[in-house]
Amino acid sequence: MNALELKNVTKRFGEVVANKNINLSVQSGEILAILGENGSGKTTLMNMIAGIYYPDEGEIFVNGKPVTISSPKDAFNLKIGMIHQHFKLVDIFTATENIVLGIQEKQKFNLKDAEKRVAEISKKYGFDIDPKKKIYEMSVSEKQTVEIVKVLYRGADILILDEPTAVLTPQETEKLFKVIKTMKEDGKSIIIITHKMHEVLSVSDRVAILRRGEYIDTVVTAETNEAELTEMMVGKKISLNINRSEPENSVDRLIIDNLNLTNTEGIKILDSISFTAKSGEILGIAGIAGSGQKELLECIAGLIKTTDGKICYIDPADDKEINLKEKTPVQIRELGVRLSFVPEDRLGMGLVGNMDIIDNMLLRSYKKGHSFFLDKKPPKQLADTIINDLEVVTPGPTTPVRRLSGGNVQKVLVGREIAASPTVLMAAYPVRGLDINSSYTIYNLLNQQKENGVAVIFVGEDLDVLLELCDRILVISSGSVSGIVDGRTATKEEVGLLMTKAKGVKENEEK
Amino acid sequence: MKKNEKVKSHEPFFHISKRTDISLKQGIIVRIIAILLALAVCGIVTKLFTGDDPISIFKTVFQGAFGTGRTLVTIHEIAILLCVSLAVTPAFRMRFWNTGAEGQVLIGCLSTAMCMFYLGGKVPDGMLILIMAIFAVLSGIIWAVIPAFFKAHWGTNETLFTLMMNYVAIQLIEFFLKIADKSGSNVVGPDLLSHGWFPRLFGENYILNIIIVAVLTVLLYIYLNYSKHGYEISVVGESENTARYIGINVKKVIVRTMALSGAICGIAGLLLVGGASHSIDSNLADGRGFTAIMVAWLAKFNPVTMVLTSLLIVFLERGADEVSSKFGLNADFAEILTGIILFFIIGCEFFINYKINFNHKKNSVKEDK
Amino acid sequence: MDAIAQFISRAILQGTPLLYGATGEIITEKSGNLNLGIPGIMYIGAISGVIGGFFYQNGADRVEPFLAVLIPLLCCMFGSIVTSLLYCFLTITLKANQNVTGLAITTFGVGFGNFFGGSLIKILKSDVPYLSLVKIAQAYKTPIFPFAEDMSSIGKMFFSYGFMVYFAVIIAVVSGFVLKKTKAGLHLRAVGENPATADAAGINVTLYKYLATTVGGMIAGLGGLFYIMDYSNGIWSNNGFGDRGWLAIAIVIFSIWKPSMSILSSYLFGALYILFNYINVPMTYIPLIQMLPYAVTIIVLIATSVRKKRENQPPASLGLSYFREER
Repeated sequence: MNALELKNVTKRFGEVVANKNINLSVQSGEILAILGENGSGKTTLMNMIAGIYYPDEGEIFVNGKPVTISSPKDAFNLKIGMIHQHFKLVDIFTATENIVLGIQEKQKFNLKDAEKRVAEISKKYGFDIDPKKKIYEMSVSEKQTVEIVKVLYRGADILILDEPTAVLTPQETEKLFKVIKTMKEDGKSIIIITHKMHEVLSVSDRVAILRRGEYIDTVVTAETNEAELTEMMVGKKISLNINRSEPENSVDRLIIDNLNLTNTEGIKILDSISFTAKSGEILGIAGIAGSGQKELLECIAGLIKTTDGKICYIDPADDKEINLKEKTPVQIRELGVRLSFVPEDRLGMGLVGNMDIIDNMLLRSYKKGHSFFLDKKPPKQLADTIINDLEVVTPGPTTPVRRLSGGNVQKVLVGREIAASPTVLMAAYPVRGLDINSSYTIYNLLNQQKENGVAVIFVGEDLDVLLELCDRILVISSGSVSGIVDGRTATKEEVGLLMTKAKGVKENEEK
Repeated sequence: MKKNEKVKSHEPFFHISKRTDISLKQGIIVRIIAILLALAVCGIVTKLFTGDDPISIFKTVFQGAFGTGRTLVTIHEIAILLCVSLAVTPAFRMRFWNTGAEGQVLIGCLSTAMCMFYLGGKVPDGMLILIMAIFAVLSGIIWAVIPAFFKAHWGTNETLFTLMMNYVAIQLIEFFLKIADKSGSNVVGPDLLSHGWFPRLFGENYILNIIIVAVLTVLLYIYLNYSKHGYEISVVGESENTARYIGINVKKVIVRTMALSGAICGIAGLLLVGGASHSIDSNLADGRGFTAIMVAWLAKFNPVTMVLTSLLIVFLERGADEVSSKFGLNADFAEILTGIILFFIIGCEFFINYKINFNHKKNSVKEDK
Repeated sequence: MDAIAQFISRAILQGTPLLYGATGEIITEKSGNLNLGIPGIMYIGAISGVIGGFFYQNGADRVEPFLAVLIPLLCCMFGSIVTSLLYCFLTITLKANQNVTGLAITTFGVGFGNFFGGSLIKILKSDVPYLSLVKIAQAYKTPIFPFAEDMSSIGKMFFSYGFMVYFAVIIAVVSGFVLKKTKAGLHLRAVGENPATADAAGINVTLYKYLATTVGGMIAGLGGLFYIMDYSNGIWSNNGFGDRGWLAIAIVIFSIWKPSMSILSSYLFGALYILFNYINVPMTYIPLIQMLPYAVTIIVLIATSVRKKRENQPPASLGLSYFREER
């Protein structure tokens, strides 16, 4: 009997179908991997099992019985526990305090007993946690362990792990997998969301593949291989008819050499990244979300300080090298470097939601001139131009941008960044959440910039788009460059393989 | 969207969501309704305690604020409250919760009084006023920058810090009183502070104060809305991430803005001592530092709207004062009425910022589709 | 020796209203609500008790000590609970700004206290000359340990007070225990630290915030009652309570949000408040001594933020309202 089974589950968010007729089953003592690209609907699907979303259609069975899961509490009662990517823990509490938080038990509250139980669970599954340790003293992997114990403490038999290895070092991943296998031997069902191929192959019993919200297939891990899985994951190439011209007079514009970045937890975010962005071409950056793309762009833009490596800009006027490392955004501008940056977080970083379009135009240019006062004329003109040229739908230039739709917000942001007539334009996920028409407007804008001789760096998630838009594609995997391919000749499978390739496991793969 | 799914299990009666689309007109209507309701409650309360009929009460209130010989005093009261409200505004726009305006004003009062006390008669009066102004502003700045510095560098809780600074200022004044007036009185009066009085304009007191505050209001409005500094303040207040993105030095902006807040508080202190009371005691600010927070907040931190909100508060206070003296009641009656009005206006903000959606029918229909 | 014991006794009496206020505010702040209305609530608690006592003293033929204590006590609790509920409704249900709401409550509360303190007799057209509840105060002040009278000054230092002095300590100790050792305390702290996490763990954030703020306000109100009935011998004077409410908030910081610490800090602050009567300093320097509690609090505040010891920080969500969909 299946411990958990989904039949024809569908979930829509407005017009967008996040999951369409998904069928899935997992047995006791089995590890099921769910494989899919960004935006393929893996997390949405799991959230329905965990009681965070409620399916529009379809049925869920637990131990053969149809069930209704409408809250995390329902899920707990059905012995389903989910470990989310973003931990929900109180920093100043100990591990045990976090684990028992919110549990309604009849018996007397006693932290000592709870600590004992936590220690028992840890011993049983080989966890290495100190029940009395405070969360803020813990590493990411310890915090994750606490989340897992939290679920086990509540007696979960079905555990869902959402990208558990995204934040772990290879050694920690190793350890986690050992634990997962112990839990499997204990008869638990484990669903693990991932897109790292070697992990799928090494830990799972079966793999379910999702693509663009649709269920593709479930295969037995032992009977498949990397190439087959990649093909199922990325699918056939879809033609988008984006006009791509040959780069003209391409010269080096931005040289990144051996860039490293370590976060406060001591985990390497960027691992010796080296590449060159050339004028008049679009350099795509492909990779699973969270592989270091955001940090890479922020390092170049001067938002994150790096001490290691080289970030070098070649001035088109005199071909001189200008060092951008350890410069603030203001200093970069003062050096005469025309670097534009469309960040991933539009309303939280690129724009101020409560300000109108004119004031948002000012963000980049307000410091211009020696006057103490703002010069609102140029931004007013710029706002009008952008509204006209990019067909921004808005009641007027004095409407707060948060009231605009996603596509129009992005037009305002990209419009402003392009208006600075950049020599380097970086855009992170510029079409995320946009409708088709707005997306094409953005592609065309990027293309125009390229034709004007700008070095465009485009971080994208849709491989079809990357392959049709970009001249070269830099593939990042876990913070390091796993390859640079030609956008005209590379295939989807090739890029997909590079995306899921992890450092340190290359030898295994070659065998 | 997310909420709809939960409806099936236990359907809540209504669901609250953030509202972004309210028009200026709707906003004003909601606030006017709130004020009218508040006034009605105030009327009932007043009626209960005085037994007077409502129209007569209103007459008395109006008399209290704008009766013969009172208009100028009332306008001056408005000006001083407005001045302190202007002072707290730049910091609040930056989401820096300065509850220390009271202390910043008092320290301005103290420096002014000290200049008058120690230098009075020793330097020409014109010069003395200039020195008073410089010291008042400087001391206000110091009082405001200390918490700002710690907030910027170590994230020290500014609400609590500035609050405590108030009482340090009060005790410093008490200390000065003991030194200046050996008789042990708790006020140093015009006899000891006989120099450095602001000149009377048009034969009236207070006119200069009112003019100064009017000019300040305009200047601050321009500063906040048309200067680069004002723009930086807005960006830091809205999103520190955006500030980082465009390269604003957030720490610098915090300290600079609080310095401005402190400077204006210092000016308020200067006006209180040099331009009005010519005396000092530790209650001179009279809670304006706190009232100003509410005045500024009610006006959505817009200096021009603040003229109206400070008028509302002062009008009420002086009117209620009159009501209480007419009926032999305690003067604190005014605070009760002010409190009632504030509760209504604070409460009505909810209906401006949030929308209540009644769930049951609409959503379940959607779900069934 | 006698002088020191006497000084300590006075400090304890001074510190007791502060202790009520501080304990109440600690419980409130632990839920993430920075209730700056506490000074106002203490006034309201005091005047509510006074009003209740006034009716009883002037209405009853004979003042029964038990009722003389109980009636003002219940009235005081009622007054401060209603005011706290108003604060909760505005800040939790209507998600209003906590600072503005708190200050408005304080404006209202101080005004309310002084208004009724000054006008109660007039409104009731009563024939008593001024608001004095000496008989009721006697009931409050009766030492609960009768043997204390025969003791030395040291013994008196411990046993000579009315019940409210001990009650304050008990409340502080119990609050400390509840916060630290019970599930409710754990949940409350989670709400103040990270309401989103608490919500996800199935804790009713709104309920906890309401409960903590109301109970906290009620306890703080008792401080006002103690001040009138015990410390001031039942005589109301306008603004007599002074800035003790703010001092209580200072103690919260000084005690780094620990009720057990607040007992000693309250007495210490009480001692500093009256120190000038006992040491031989020129009158001139008295204000500098009175400044000490605030100055020391500022230093503690700075030191804890600079040292960044996580346990000693204010509750992480202090001053913020929680809206589930804003994550």
